Order: sequence, then structure tokens, then C-alpha cells
Amino acid sequence: MTGTVAIGPSETKVSAAPLAANKAVPRPRVNGRVVVMTLYLLFLMLPIYWLVNMSLKTNTEITSGLTLWPQEITFQNYVTIFTDASWYSGYINSLTYVLINTVLSISFALPAAYAFSRYRFLGDKHLFFWLLTNRMAPAAVFALPFFNLYSAIGLFDTPWAVALAHCLFNVPLAVWILEGFMSGVPREIDETAAIDGYSFPRFFIKIFMPLIASGIGVAAFFCFMFSWVELLLARTLTSVNAKPIAATMTRTVSAAGMDWGLLAAAGVLTIVPGALVIWFVRNYIAKGFALGRV
Amino acid sequence: MTLVLDNVCRKVGAETHIRDISLTLERGSLNVLLGATLAGKTSLMRLMAGLDAPSSGRILVDGQDVTGWPVQRRSVAMVYQQFINYPSLTVYENIASPLRVARLPSAEVDARVQDAARLLKLEPYLDRKPLNLSGGQQQRTAIARALVKRADLVLLDEPLANLDYKLREELREELPRVFAASGAIFVYATTEPSEALLLGGNTVTLFEGRATQFGRTPLVYRHPQDLVTAQVFSDPPLNTLRASKTGSTVALSTGGQGPAAGAFAAAPDGEYTVGFRAHHLGFESTGRDEIAIPVKVSLAEITGSESYVHLSAGEHRFVALVAGVTRLQPGAAVTAYLDPRHVFLFDERGRLAAADLAKAA
Repeated sequence: MTGTVAIGPSETKVSAAPLAANKAVPRPRVNGRVVVMTLYLLFLMLPIYWLVNMSLKTNTEITSGLTLWPQEITFQNYVTIFTDASWYSGYINSLTYVLINTVLSISFALPAAYAFSRYRFLGDKHLFFWLLTNRMAPAAVFALPFFNLYSAIGLFDTPWAVALAHCLFNVPLAVWILEGFMSGVPREIDETAAIDGYSFPRFFIKIFMPLIASGIGVAAFFCFMFSWVELLLARTLTSVNAKPIAATMTRTVSAAGMDWGLLAAAGVLTIVPGALVIWFVRNYIAKGFALGRV
Repeated sequence: MTLVLDNVCRKVGAETHIRDISLTLERGSLNVLLGATLAGKTSLMRLMAGLDAPSSGRILVDGQDVTGWPVQRRSVAMVYQQFINYPSLTVYENIASPLRVARLPSAEVDARVQDAARLLKLEPYLDRKPLNLSGGQQQRTAIARALVKRADLVLLDEPLANLDYKLREELREELPRVFAASGAIFVYATTEPSEALLLGGNTVTLFEGRATQFGRTPLVYRHPQDLVTAQVFSDPPLNTLRASKTGSTVALSTGGQGPAAGAFAAAPDGEYTVGFRAHHLGFESTGRDEIAIPVKVSLAEITGSESYVHLSAGEHRFVALVAGVTRLQPGAAVTAYLDPRHVFLFDERGRLAAADLAKAA
């Protein structure tokens, strides 16, 4: 190294000598990519790991001090959830209104998106934009009118109450996503089908829907996720019979003290359906976030 | 069947796409719609198919008014310029699709699909999805679907425009043959005059939504009844200049003059717009009744067997098509010779005033 220092600094940069010197002295190689990826995964997975970790511990262990993994693995928390009706019915209720909502949203959004994609009508562009205004107001704004309305017509505390309320947010979103996918299908395909003799409903189901299948999947996923994680409307519009799991979790806290392990187990089970759905549509998610306009 | 368009117009918003077109297309005839982009070829086809309704006028099939009929009720097949197939179905199901809708027995469906596939050389690909085929094969699939339907009206909207030229030549030969047996009215839209001439049949020249002329293709080519038709039906573009005839001489607006022979012979004295095609302008004098035009060479495009020589004379621009490789250099001042028997004379309203009908074009 001393030999190269004698050479002018500007030449040092281009000469091969320092490179050769570096080669001669072996140093432990640190792969930057691996470090970054490890840190990324660490930060990403830490909360989830901690949730799973807690769900497998006893309450004594959770409250007694910091342990990185369960000293004494227990599945009692999960057993409680799957055997206690007040717990598992929360999941059933949630899944019921989420599925109703997804089906409703998609079946209303499909014809609406087709109209926005294919026809020019009075105010189409404005309508299309203003669909999104329903997403601009916080859910709390709508909680009171919904509560009052549903109480009046006897929908309160049914899965339909929550499912319909969530349509307010999910139908516009589904219309936006589906419109993007539909506009990617050439109009000539519609016309060719008409020329071939397809009636409109038959064309729509047999030819058109397979072409936008991934769009329907992505839209269904978004409806599912929004409805699944939404808490405020779901809790306001239900009391006993249709109580969603998230409400069960928050209400149980104060009643039975802090059952940390049980809550953590419920949390883990809440993540599972979303993770499953994401797995199925993982290849289309990016396109869905771009509303089909990729 | 006979398809009659009776004073058909189509307006979209403030724009007029089709302006008062009346046509009668006979059973078993081949009809070419010739016009530049935006001339109204596709609009006219969509009216014929029933995909759009005319703003005014009637469409009659065998004397029956079908103007408001949905396209499903009509016996129509259409092939687009883009390769339009159903991506989710196999080639076989794509071709079979109109037959499946019509609920034909599957033995009949299979026979017709196999026939069409053989005719269009699609047999090895029947199990594939259209998107896994080449462009030519995709378009063949679309054509096969139009063929199996045995529709009374077959519309082909620039079907070969997106194909490479080898495939175009092949398919252009096959298409009329493939459909000839069916006795259908065959309508073919194209932007290229040479394609119209190769196909033959009848030609409708379209310009800005108007049908400027309708007749046998060679007849329209040789005897355009107005300047616009001649321009639509010329590639390279029709050369035009102004000329005035007095007695036995003709004086050109570009300078130069000649004897009032050929088309000029029968025309009364006066001002005319002279139209002539590129291959009638040459650089060698034949010594008989010629009009000499002093010109300057601005560009020579050589295709190999022919040369397109772009010329200027004042503010006029001409193109001359000469055989072989030209030796003319850009900038050279030369004399171009025009045979007055091969020109069209148009009056100030653009109507054909005179032409030597035996020799014109």
C-alpha cells in the first residue's frame, strides 16, 4: 500500500495497484443485499411473530417478563376460541357479512363498471369520479344514519346490516377496479360476440367475465379485506346476534380482565382469512392497486 | 340477398360520419370500399352490419326494412383490422362460436369447423388459444369464424392491414375464393387502390363520408366521374395541374404547352384541372402529340424494378413512376412528357369534363 501512496492521488484511482492490494488482504465479505433484506423481514415480521408468540404462551409467562419464544407452549388459547360459542360465532358472523358484502358488491359493480367502460352517457365522467366521494368521508359519519335507519326497518343486528353498510365503500371501489380491467378488453370483442349471435347476458357471462376474471378476483379481494378489517360500522350496527370477531375481542377485554394469550390467539386467527385470500390473488394485486390500468 | 342502403346518413354529435349514401349490393357480389383513413369505410360497414343505426335513411335486406334490427337478428359476419378473437376460448371454439350460439348439432359444428380450418390452414392449431398464434393465424381464425357462419353479408374491415406483405398476398388471393362459394355479399374495406384492383368486383370510392362513385372496379379506375374519385383511386397520388385550351393548343399553369390532342381534342375551349397518374409521366419523348413540362427533380425513390421520381414545377408537385433505376439526380432540371390521351380533364366543380375513354388511365 505504501508504494501506491507515493503515486499521485489522481492516478491512484485509475491504477490497478490498490485493487491488487485489496485482493491481497482477505477481508470478511458483507453482502449488503442480505443485510437489508434481513432487516426488512425482521421489521416486517416482528409484530406478527410477537402475536403468534404471545398466543402460544400462558398469561403468567406473558406478564412475568420478556421471553423471545414460549418457554412452555400451550394451545389452550386456540382451544378456547374453537370451543366457546361466544368466540367462534364472532368469526362466523364476520365471515357471513364479509361474504354477503363481497358477493353484493361484485354483482352490482359488474354492470355498473361495464356501463362506465363502454357507454357514453350524460354525466358519465362526473358520476364515475363522484362514486369515490363515499370513500372520502370517515365511516363514523355514516354510522349514525345507518344505525337509525336499520333500527327502524328491523335490519339492526343482522349480517345484512353490516354487509349493506359496507357496500357504501366497496361498490365504488369495485366499480373503479373493474372498469380498469374492462377497458383493457377491446370493444370489438363485444361486437364480434353480438355478430356471432350472443345475447348480451350470455356474452357477458360466457365471453366477457372470463376475460376479466383476474379483475373480478382483485376486486373481490379488496372488498373482502375492507369489509374484514372494518370495525366501526360493524360494531355499531350489531349487538349480540351478529357481533363480529373484532367487536368480540374489544368487548371481552374489560369483562374478563386482560386475557392476553386468548386475545393474541384471536388476533392470529383474524389474520388467517386475509392471508389466504392474498395468497390466491397475489399475482394480480399490483394490477389491482393500479385499478387495472397497467 | 340484396342489401340496399337508401339515403343513409350517420351523425355523431356535430360530426357527420356518413353523408347520404345510397347503394345496392347484389347477392354473391364482391364490393370494395376504397377510401383514405377517416373516409367513412368503417362507419359504413358498421351501418351495414347493424352495429350502429343510421341517423336517417333506411337499410333494406331483400326489400325488408331492417334499419332498427339488432345485429343478433341479422345474418352478418365481420372481420376487423385488429385480430379479434375470444382469448379465453381455443381456436376450435372460437371458430365454432357462432354455430354453438345457433345450437347446431355438434356433428354439423365439427364438420363446418374442420372444413373452415382446412381451407384456412388452421388444422394444427385448433387446440391452441388465439394469443399463442402468430398474427396471420389469429386473423385466419377470425376469418374462419366469419366463414363457418355462412352469413348473407360478410364484412371485412381492412383485414390484411396489420399483416406482413407475404401473408397479405397469400390471404388476399384466398379470401375472395374462400367466400365466393357461399353466395354472400362480400364487402371489403381497404385504403389501397392496388388492393381494390387486385380484388376486382365492384368498388365504392369514399371521401369524407360520401360515396363518390360506385361501379365495376376497373371501370371506376379508368373512368372516375370526378376529381375526388380519381384522387381516391390513385396511388401514388394523382398529379394535377391547371391548363387552358385555346384552339389547337394547350397552355399549362406550370409553363409548357402542347397540342390539344387526346382528351383535349373533344373538349371546348376553357380552363381545366388536368389529372394524370404517375405512370403516365415520362422523361423520354415519343415524338407524337406530347405536352412537355419543364420540371425539377426533388427526390428519386428507387424500389428496384421501378423508380418514383418526385418533381416540382413552380408550386406544383408531381410524382412520376418510371421503369428501372432512374439516373436522375435531385436538383436536375429536366423535361417531363405527358401524353394527352392519358389525362382526365375536370371542370371547375371537379366533374369529369373530358377524357379519351379508350386510353385514359
